[in-house]
Amino acid sequence: MLDWWLPENVSTYGRDIDWLFHLIYYITGITAILVFATMLAFLVMYKDRPGRRARYTHGNTTLEIVWTVVPSLILVILTFLSAPAWSKIKIQAPPASDVVVQVTAKQFNWQVTYPGADGTFGTADDKTHLDEMHVPVNKVVHVRLRSQDVIHSFFVPQFRMKQDAVPGREIVQWFEATKPGKYELPCAELCGFGHSGMRGWIYVHTPDDYQKWAAENLTAAVAPAAADEKKSEETKPAPPAAAKGGKAKR
Amino acid sequence: MSAITGTAHAHTAHEHHELGFVRTYIFSTDHKMISRQFLFLGLLMMILGGVLALIVRWQLAWPETAVPGLGSILKETGGILEPSTYNMAFTMHATIMIFFVVMPILAGSFGNFCIPLMIGARDMAFPFLNMLSFWVTATAGVIMLTGFFVEGGHAAAGWTSYVPLSAVTAYTGVNWGQNIWCISLFIMGVGSMMGSINYITTIINMRAPGMHLFRMPLVVWSLFITAVLLLLALPVLTSGVAMLLFDRTLGTSWFRPSGGGEPLLWQHLFWYFGHPEVYILILPAMGIASEILPVFSRKPIFGYHAMAFSMIGIAFLSWIVYGHHMFVSGMNPSLGMAFMVSTMIIAVPSAIKTFNWLGTLWGGRIQFKVPMLFALGFVSMFVIGGLSGIFMASTPVDIYIQDTYFIVAHIHYVVFGGSIFGAFAAIYFWFPKMFGRMTNPALGHLHFWGTFIFFNWVFFPMHIIGVGGQMRRIYNPMQYEFLQHQQHWNVFMTYGALLLGAAQILFAINFLWSLFAGRKAPLNPWNSTTLEWTAASPPPHLNWGPTLPTVYRGPYEYSDPEAADDYLPQSQPPARAGARARGH
Repeated sequence: MLDWWLPENVSTYGRDIDWLFHLIYYITGITAILVFATMLAFLVMYKDRPGRRARYTHGNTTLEIVWTVVPSLILVILTFLSAPAWSKIKIQAPPASDVVVQVTAKQFNWQVTYPGADGTFGTADDKTHLDEMHVPVNKVVHVRLRSQDVIHSFFVPQFRMKQDAVPGREIVQWFEATKPGKYELPCAELCGFGHSGMRGWIYVHTPDDYQKWAAENLTAAVAPAAADEKKSEETKPAPPAAAKGGKAKR
Repeated sequence: MSAITGTAHAHTAHEHHELGFVRTYIFSTDHKMISRQFLFLGLLMMILGGVLALIVRWQLAWPETAVPGLGSILKETGGILEPSTYNMAFTMHATIMIFFVVMPILAGSFGNFCIPLMIGARDMAFPFLNMLSFWVTATAGVIMLTGFFVEGGHAAAGWTSYVPLSAVTAYTGVNWGQNIWCISLFIMGVGSMMGSINYITTIINMRAPGMHLFRMPLVVWSLFITAVLLLLALPVLTSGVAMLLFDRTLGTSWFRPSGGGEPLLWQHLFWYFGHPEVYILILPAMGIASEILPVFSRKPIFGYHAMAFSMIGIAFLSWIVYGHHMFVSGMNPSLGMAFMVSTMIIAVPSAIKTFNWLGTLWGGRIQFKVPMLFALGFVSMFVIGGLSGIFMASTPVDIYIQDTYFIVAHIHYVVFGGSIFGAFAAIYFWFPKMFGRMTNPALGHLHFWGTFIFFNWVFFPMHIIGVGGQMRRIYNPMQYEFLQHQQHWNVFMTYGALLLGAAQILFAINFLWSLFAGRKAPLNPWNSTTLEWTAASPPPHLNWGPTLPTVYRGPYEYSDPEAADDYLPQSQPPARAGARARGH
């Protein structure tokens, strides 16, 4: 049965989303069962039989009020229950970050950039990995999401996280993973012929492993990394017109 | 009003018998002929849209294997779809189904057929404009088809054609295909404007004596509201595609960030049109169900006013919910909160309608004729489609299910389970009046059960794989480790899709056979009360003889205990003596 359901959740706010999902699942499931049971019962009970006349009625105001007010109430309650999670995930300033990464989507890769030893982006010691993100477990990670060509969507099913990357702006998202492991990072917005298969991996490490990885990959000597980046710069396809929009706004 | 009917009369006198073949069958201004033309256009396009759907399904079940029958078209690959071809297939499937199947059949064909006949008018207010509306739409359809033959293939950026993907040729490799897509939809938008202005004018000005607004059949109400939405929503798309075309060909930068444009502007324009569009697709089907359920329950519709007002409510709300397509688009998330509220609220009128449909069945004398089966199918599938919408309305849940197969399931339950089931119900219900012949009930039953069972077989599991995380518009689910365990569902669904397609062959046989060899239809085969059943089958040019029917009561007077028959036609005078003598 497990493979009929949501993938395992490994993020903090994923719990809120799953809780709401289940709540709506039960509300709509019960509603559907009641409606279909009523409908089937009517179809059987009121099947045309000789000698019986249909009930002559044009409606019932009390019933109309009841079935207007009850669904309205349920939906209003659902709205109020949904609002805090939405606010927490998307509206409020994200919790203070432990790790900041910049993800620049392009056809058809995720370019994941770390600020390097100096902690600032746009300097020579920035480290960029292709389709690979490494983060520590139980830490708040900020993702500065950009796109250099078309709209992509940063989707991590196990984190219940999704955000479109829009060329011309930077959108900051956050997550906190709760379990070490290797998670897929597909693109969820059609972005061209290579859309399918545009996929990265997020490695969630234990604190020790993360330190080890960071020591090897983020604070290593500047020179080879810079050369590395230059190379990756060159292999990029001819930057479409959109590329320079990457630094606009915010 | 009298001036208009007066002119129509004058026309009868000298024009009626002199129309040649071309004016009768091709450039006809008769709303019934235009209705049939729209129906044939929609049904022909449905074959293409359906085949494209099967191609998409084949690829999803057995990725990168040769699609049977495509070997001769895709010669280089031997029938195997490439990702770009796959993108083109689902883009054109949706484009064709929405703009050239559902809209022509529901709004175009049944709008044209039902409005004058059910309000007691001789024709549309502007018959020439009506003819133009069809030919403009058909031209748009032909232009759309040419896109398959240009270099680079047809549009492949999804039916939503999000920019900048659709705005810059280099991103997709599609050049003229996307331009043709824009041009075709622009022209289609003009045609739809002509139709909608005609419908609105006709309903407001040309109702028969006694046909008050609240004596109008609900299908006319639904078409009236649809026409208002068409009039106000389609021009937004029309301008949007024009701007997109200018970005692509003239170097403007409405949407391209490189020139200072804003990609999200396209989404705002598209969905500002797109959400009313969803109701344009479903409202006529709601009207059709509201028409058919009373006839085959032999009961008045439950809550006529609630039904009319809930449709009006949907129409108003449909303008302020569109942002729910954009919760994770980068739109200001505080706006997401507002759109969540409005989206939750728009579920209420749909709930009201569903309960009133159930109320109509309650205590009825239910006859399971083919139109009734499709109307019941519509109600039950719409319930599923409506309820699954609540998941998306809740913004946090939408973060997860946006762009997954859950959305694909939802839209198909609404547009196939809703609109297409409604269209089939309407075709079986009005076929006798439209073509003067009855359809074959046995084939109709088989068609219904085939469609109903295989529809659910195909589309229900989409909820499951969507919850499992499968993204929409991906070429090959097997490229993702987290999706591989549910691939068997994709295979299962594709078998269902093939069977669903096969079931439609029954419909084609029934339709064509009945058209030429069906039993001659009586005047009123379903013992229905509305005005169209008082005209001959099929109705002649200008619909009725010298005098138009007069309306004495509401449209759903079934099983009135004081009436001798179990139905009282709208045009039957209340006086006992005159009632029987009148007319037929």
